[in-house]
Amino acid sequence: MYGFEAMTFNIHGGYLEAIVRGHRAGLLTAADYNNLCQCETLDDIKMHLSATEYGPYLQNEPSPLHTTTIVEKCTLKLVDEYKHMLCQATEPLSTFLEYITYGHMIDNVVLIVTGTLHERDVQELLEKCHPLGMFDSIATLAVAQNMRELYRLVLVDTPLAPYFSECITSEDLDDMNIEIMRNTLYKAYLEDFYKFCQKLGGATAEIMSDLLSFEADRRAVNITINSIGTELTRDDRRKLYSNFGLLYPYGHEELAVCEDIDQVRSAMEKYPPYQSIFSKLSYGESQMLDKAFYEEEVKRLCLAFEQQFHYGVFFSYMRLREQEIRNLMWISECVAQNQKSRVHDSVVFIF
Amino acid sequence: MGGGTQCPTMDLLRSEPMQLVQLIIPAESAHRSISYLGDLGLFQFKDLNSEKSPFQRTYATQIKRCGEMARKLRFFKEQMMKAGLSPSARSVISDDFDLDNLEVKLGELEAELIEMNANHEKLQHSYNELIEYKLVVQKAGEFFHSAQNSAAAKQREDEAQQRGEGSIDSPLLLEQEMVTDPSKQVKLGFVSGIIPREKSLAFERILFRATRGNVFLKQSVVEDPVTDPASGEKAEKNVFVVFYSGERVRNKIVKICEAFGANRYPFAEDLGKQFQIISEVSGRLEELKTTIDFGLVHQSNLLRTIAHHFEQWSHLVKKEISIYHTLNMLSIDVTRKCLVAEGWCPVFATNKIQNVLQRATVDSNSQIGTIFHVLQTKESPPTYFHTNKFTSAFQEIVDAYGIAKYQEANPGVFTIITFPFLFAVMFGDWGHGICLLLATSYFIIREKKFSSQKLGDITEMIFGGRYVIMMMSLFSIYTGLLYNEFFSVPFELFGPSAYGCRDPSCGDASTAGLVKVRATYPFGVDPTWHGTRSELPFLNSMKMKMSILIGVAQMNLGIILSYFNAKFYGNELNIRHQFLPQMIFLNSLFGYLSLLIVVKWCTGSQADLYHVMIYMFLSPTDDLGENQLFFGQKFLQILLLLAALVSVPWMLFPKPFLLKKQHDERHRGQSYALLENSLDDSDETELHHGSGSHEEFQFSEVFVHQLIHTIEFVLGAVSNTASYLRLWALSLAHSELSSVFYDKVLLLAWGFNNIIILIIGLIVFICATVGVLLVMETLSAFLHALRLHWVEFQGKFYEGEGYKFQPFSFTSLDTEDE
Repeated sequence: MYGFEAMTFNIHGGYLEAIVRGHRAGLLTAADYNNLCQCETLDDIKMHLSATEYGPYLQNEPSPLHTTTIVEKCTLKLVDEYKHMLCQATEPLSTFLEYITYGHMIDNVVLIVTGTLHERDVQELLEKCHPLGMFDSIATLAVAQNMRELYRLVLVDTPLAPYFSECITSEDLDDMNIEIMRNTLYKAYLEDFYKFCQKLGGATAEIMSDLLSFEADRRAVNITINSIGTELTRDDRRKLYSNFGLLYPYGHEELAVCEDIDQVRSAMEKYPPYQSIFSKLSYGESQMLDKAFYEEEVKRLCLAFEQQFHYGVFFSYMRLREQEIRNLMWISECVAQNQKSRVHDSVVFIF
Repeated sequence: MGGGTQCPTMDLLRSEPMQLVQLIIPAESAHRSISYLGDLGLFQFKDLNSEKSPFQRTYATQIKRCGEMARKLRFFKEQMMKAGLSPSARSVISDDFDLDNLEVKLGELEAELIEMNANHEKLQHSYNELIEYKLVVQKAGEFFHSAQNSAAAKQREDEAQQRGEGSIDSPLLLEQEMVTDPSKQVKLGFVSGIIPREKSLAFERILFRATRGNVFLKQSVVEDPVTDPASGEKAEKNVFVVFYSGERVRNKIVKICEAFGANRYPFAEDLGKQFQIISEVSGRLEELKTTIDFGLVHQSNLLRTIAHHFEQWSHLVKKEISIYHTLNMLSIDVTRKCLVAEGWCPVFATNKIQNVLQRATVDSNSQIGTIFHVLQTKESPPTYFHTNKFTSAFQEIVDAYGIAKYQEANPGVFTIITFPFLFAVMFGDWGHGICLLLATSYFIIREKKFSSQKLGDITEMIFGGRYVIMMMSLFSIYTGLLYNEFFSVPFELFGPSAYGCRDPSCGDASTAGLVKVRATYPFGVDPTWHGTRSELPFLNSMKMKMSILIGVAQMNLGIILSYFNAKFYGNELNIRHQFLPQMIFLNSLFGYLSLLIVVKWCTGSQADLYHVMIYMFLSPTDDLGENQLFFGQKFLQILLLLAALVSVPWMLFPKPFLLKKQHDERHRGQSYALLENSLDDSDETELHHGSGSHEEFQFSEVFVHQLIHTIEFVLGAVSNTASYLRLWALSLAHSELSSVFYDKVLLLAWGFNNIIILIIGLIVFICATVGVLLVMETLSAFLHALRLHWVEFQGKFYEGEGYKFQPFSFTSLDTEDE
């Protein structure tokens, strides 16, 4: 029901929307990035960040600073904000907010399972997990030997359980399987999230379907590019694409048969919104594709703030912060490794 | 506002004359100079490097060092909080630390403390582990013990029954298996440990799932919370024993235990071994305890020495940080030999600043002194009023509206008296006034104590305004005496009432039959009015008229102040075409009304003033009839009406046209005007002309602006006068409320002749008086007085577009904590 959110939205969602818009105003600006890019040491970065909203989180860190500490503290701030919002949220916003974290949950599951496969220490793996995607029994994942066990032991309790229906096999876990599992889960997750947003209706459905479609299309392209030259069959590849988005269904048919990056390119260039992304790249190049996609995503996320009375702002804010943390990580890595010339390679300005 | 008690006496009406000063400080004495200037607190630095980012500035490294020290100090503070120590206020001023020594010292202390903490943590860890171990051994021992007992009993029973059917309620699976299938007994293993209680359910579930139910889990609740060795926090925990069979299951269980953060401990089945373990553990526990205690004592000693110096150190670090931040505002000479500072200082402080700089040069053994150089500028200087603890609160009231423009007439001077007075007009009751006075004198008497400690939000506010409240209470005692109200009880303080009974028969009648028997009551309202039927009409008429008189007087004061402003800035135009017509307009209408009021009071005439005022506009030529107060009134009214009508276009038209003419003239003879300006010494005219010649003159904009101003003033004259009637309204509300509480609560309770009801009534009366009359009414009267000052009074002349003088000073460092 278009137009009527304005009447009732603020009853439950008004406070949190104000909060999230306030948080969004605290995102680093281009001027901040400029200053950060000029930093000589990690201490400079800390000093600069202490003037921003990250100040209280970095303030008490002793001086020889590491990139991981900076990233950890910045993530902690995001997590704190998220938890605060989740505490305040009522249905259906709280479910919406929970949906945002499922992606991280999938990543964490894959991380732990891969790690155990390579016999890493569980504790060490847990530290690497994204704090937003944590759930109670996550450490128990290490016990599982195959998908079926994984599901039966641990995941049946988590919100991810329904997504698993398509990938329960008794095969032992290996790298390939896990990667397929990740993509299958992600596909199911995106479709579920998409359906949920459609059910919410109104501006939320409109904006989120745009954002999620973009996400689904990006994943489709990435799956295609990554699976070129692997033993993944066309049908299997086709199965990993989400069943919505701009590319669905004809674009998927074309992507499924692609054999090299240039074919992907010609398939994608038929879609005007992606034409501009691919036109920036030279032929045969796929390195810069990620950045181009990120830039496009950031642009779309920022646009979500232009409209009021919808939940897309929460999704956008979380994604923008994550992008910002990725930027900070890249900048601090470049500074720490004295590679300042490469600073601009991967930083995506948010404004 | 301490510091300069020996400053010259100031005229509070105009802000201090300021000057823009350039200091050229040799690099070697820069730090000391800034530090001394901070002690003096009369110099506001301008940021000359605003385009540079913080870490590109000259002293970024020093700031980083200080930030690091501040972090260490915060670490110490946190540790002291943990140990329950507070930094001693009696900060010893021992040997003067310089920054480098302090940095080294703090570093050492931090390292020592961290090492100590690490050791302590290690010991505590093993201590907690041992405690958990002991618990596990005890609890698990209980399981086995009870299981063995019942197993033995069962065995006996079974033997007696010659292996009858196995009972269903066997206490433990283990024991059942032992009985039923002794061959499997060898393979049955167990894992024992301890797990946080909230995880135990999930733990059990996962165990069940992972082994398809082929385990037996036995749990027992530990009553007291146990300290977790890993996190060091207290948690509710359960001791568990898991029985399983097979090595693969064991691996799984171990992994699950790890995943759930369950601590496993080995456990011996043998009873003798158990006792041995328990005694061993207890022995070690005691050893550890003494070690930990010793460590704690050592640590707290260290912390105590830190606490001793903490205040001093943190003050020093804060001071250093502020000095370096200030140094970063200075621009560095290319040769790096000297720093150039620019900033504002009051003219009277010139000598002081020069002395201080001199002292800094001498103290730092510098070859060259600091150069003090006054700059000419077109920038508007900051506004600085030299206030003391009495005037500062009143100045705050004005500043909350807007900081005065540089050297603008300061309404704060008048506010000191008019604000409490207007408040008191609304709050006239000398009983309530005395209550307020007592409350505020508590704050004033204990001023020294309160100002040194941190107060709550509301207390802080009351404390800040203590002198305002004192003035308010004194004035409300005065108006209370005028109104003759003491908790709404009239007193015959100034002699007997002027009215009495016509004849002895009227007795205590107070409503009718009174005649004037004596001279008029000498001060304030006659007590006899209280409680009469004509009390309200009488008081209303009096207070209403009084409000108008007060209002017209205050608005006139406001307009007169605009004259002083115009005169001070040499703005002839404003005097002729703004001040004069405004004065005429206001006084020809409401000045005249005030005159009528006074005349009516003096003559005791019965004339209806509403009628006079209304028909003065509707039909000025009509005969006044019985409403005539004095001879020639009609003629005067027509004259005043014409004057008012003339003054409206006078306000509206000449000013914009004259401004345009001035502008055109200036443009025609631009070079000439500039020359004239450069010869002109006065800062103000230069400022005015300078800004005027730069900006584009847009006639329509100026005219619309003037139109708005005129309409606002003309309508405002009516609405502002009406606005002053709030004085009457609030005063009425106050007296009515207090009489309600007095009559309907206190007197009613009194009437029952019952001590309990009287006490209850008294309590209700006191609560109502304090809560409603003393707190709420004070607040509302305060707000209304505030509004009358901000809108009706200051709106007539005050621009309030200046900015405050914020000198670099160390005195404010300690207060801005966290």
